[in-house]
Amino acid sequence: MTIPDFLLAAAVFVLATVALGLVRILRGPEDADRMMATQLFGTGGIAALLLLGVATEARAVLDVALTLALLAAFASVAFVRSASSSEGDDPKETNSP
Amino acid sequence: MSLVLDIFTIVAVSAGAFFFLAGTVGLLRFPDTLTRLHALTKADNLGLGLVVMGLLPQAEWPFDSIKLIAIWLFALLAGATVGQLMARAARREQTTP
Amino acid sequence: MTLALAVDISLTLLVLAVAGWIIAVRDTFAAMIGFVAYGLLLALVWVRLAAPDVALTEAAIGGGLTGALLIGAAARLRGTEAAARAEYPGALTRTLAAVLAVTVAAALAIGVLALPDPTPTLAPAAAANLATTGVGNPVTAVLLAFRAMDTLLEAIVVLLALLGVWSLAPDRAWGGCPGPRRLVDPDGVLAWLARLLPPIGIVVGLYIFWIGADLPGGKFQGATILAAMWLLVIWAGLADTPPISRTWLRVLLVAGPLVFIVIGFAGSITAGAVLAYPEGHAKPLIVAIEIALMPTLVLTLALLVAGAPQRIPPQ
Repeated sequence: MTIPDFLLAAAVFVLATVALGLVRILRGPEDADRMMATQLFGTGGIAALLLLGVATEARAVLDVALTLALLAAFASVAFVRSASSSEGDDPKETNSP
Repeated sequence: MSLVLDIFTIVAVSAGAFFFLAGTVGLLRFPDTLTRLHALTKADNLGLGLVVMGLLPQAEWPFDSIKLIAIWLFALLAGATVGQLMARAARREQTTP
Repeated sequence: MTLALAVDISLTLLVLAVAGWIIAVRDTFAAMIGFVAYGLLLALVWVRLAAPDVALTEAAIGGGLTGALLIGAAARLRGTEAAARAEYPGALTRTLAAVLAVTVAAALAIGVLALPDPTPTLAPAAAANLATTGVGNPVTAVLLAFRAMDTLLEAIVVLLALLGVWSLAPDRAWGGCPGPRRLVDPDGVLAWLARLLPPIGIVVGLYIFWIGADLPGGKFQGATILAAMWLLVIWAGLADTPPISRTWLRVLLVAGPLVFIVIGFAGSITAGAVLAYPEGHAKPLIVAIEIALMPTLVLTLALLVAGAPQRIPPQ
């Protein structure tokens, strides 16, 4: 088994694994759980993309992954903002229960 | 030398894939939001980190390698901040149902 | 290459499963989250189809900006969710919808199956004339030389969309700042992220913009990244959205399409056709248009997500 073949197989494995995690989007129960499933899926997708890109020597794929990684934080912040019911997005921590 | 590097790639990428599997299992099996968040951040940081490390010997120096490392750093940053924000959102949902 | 086939088959199944689920799910917020995952999957599909340019656009717009836009819409609609769910369409409506959907799907399938083999394409002609544009990336050449009219109209369409969003503002807020006021802890983790990420993000955005001349990339993808970074700073409360009455804002919003139109009409004098470039000057003109469109696109995309003006700024 050559290295590109191994990397392709690893890409399939990672993608299939994190796709299973998408069941969390279905089940919830909180919106936070759903966000986590996409977060894991995003990171797994980036990993699969990198594995594919290096295996097939498609160098432009690295730029796609770079964009995805940069915007992953952005999209998640958008999630959290809308999930927290108040418009105060990151209010000061109060330790009262 | 290239054999040693290839073996390093196989070991690191396999370990990375294992952490994605572990993260998914944690996301699906752990009982509540905060423990699931714990599983997610480990998979995010270590899974992608190990995959990137494994791909480094196969990538072209310097630009592709720098991009690979940058992608991992972005994912780390996203994971660290979004993890905090999500935990806070989840706790708010718990305390004020 | 059975492994490559395995990648493609698993991707196809995943895309179909996620798409089906997004349509079937009744909870708007869950559907939006599914849609972001779907955008990521599509980026992977485009990579497998050897179209990294489209993959890059999908990653930037589908995964990032459209996600934020739709999530904002879902958060706004949350109040009406229960009422919408209680309204269940009657049997007749559902039958008609099913018939319509099946007809459209069948027409599309027949259309695809009836395509002649090999499919008619202009790709060889575009590739043969690539050298005359001086641009290395065939996609950029098509977008800004061979099909420049489409790109010009696209740039104008997003501007019109922004005007549509602004027109939703209540009268008293007209000319004010889009979006609500931010209440954010200046020492919090969001403010920290908004101080750390944008400087690096701006470098990456400009890099994606600049390599667009020769490799996959370009103004749209670069502008999306820059817009996302600006929005992050706004959400963290480190900067406010500009009041839409500001002259500099309006000038920048029309500057890009205006430069495009001026260069396009100049072509009718110097090169004999609207949107044609004189011999030997194609590349500098293409770069000039891209640079002029960049600020317009950044502002338009970011303000589309920021929404309609909601408040008058304190004087």
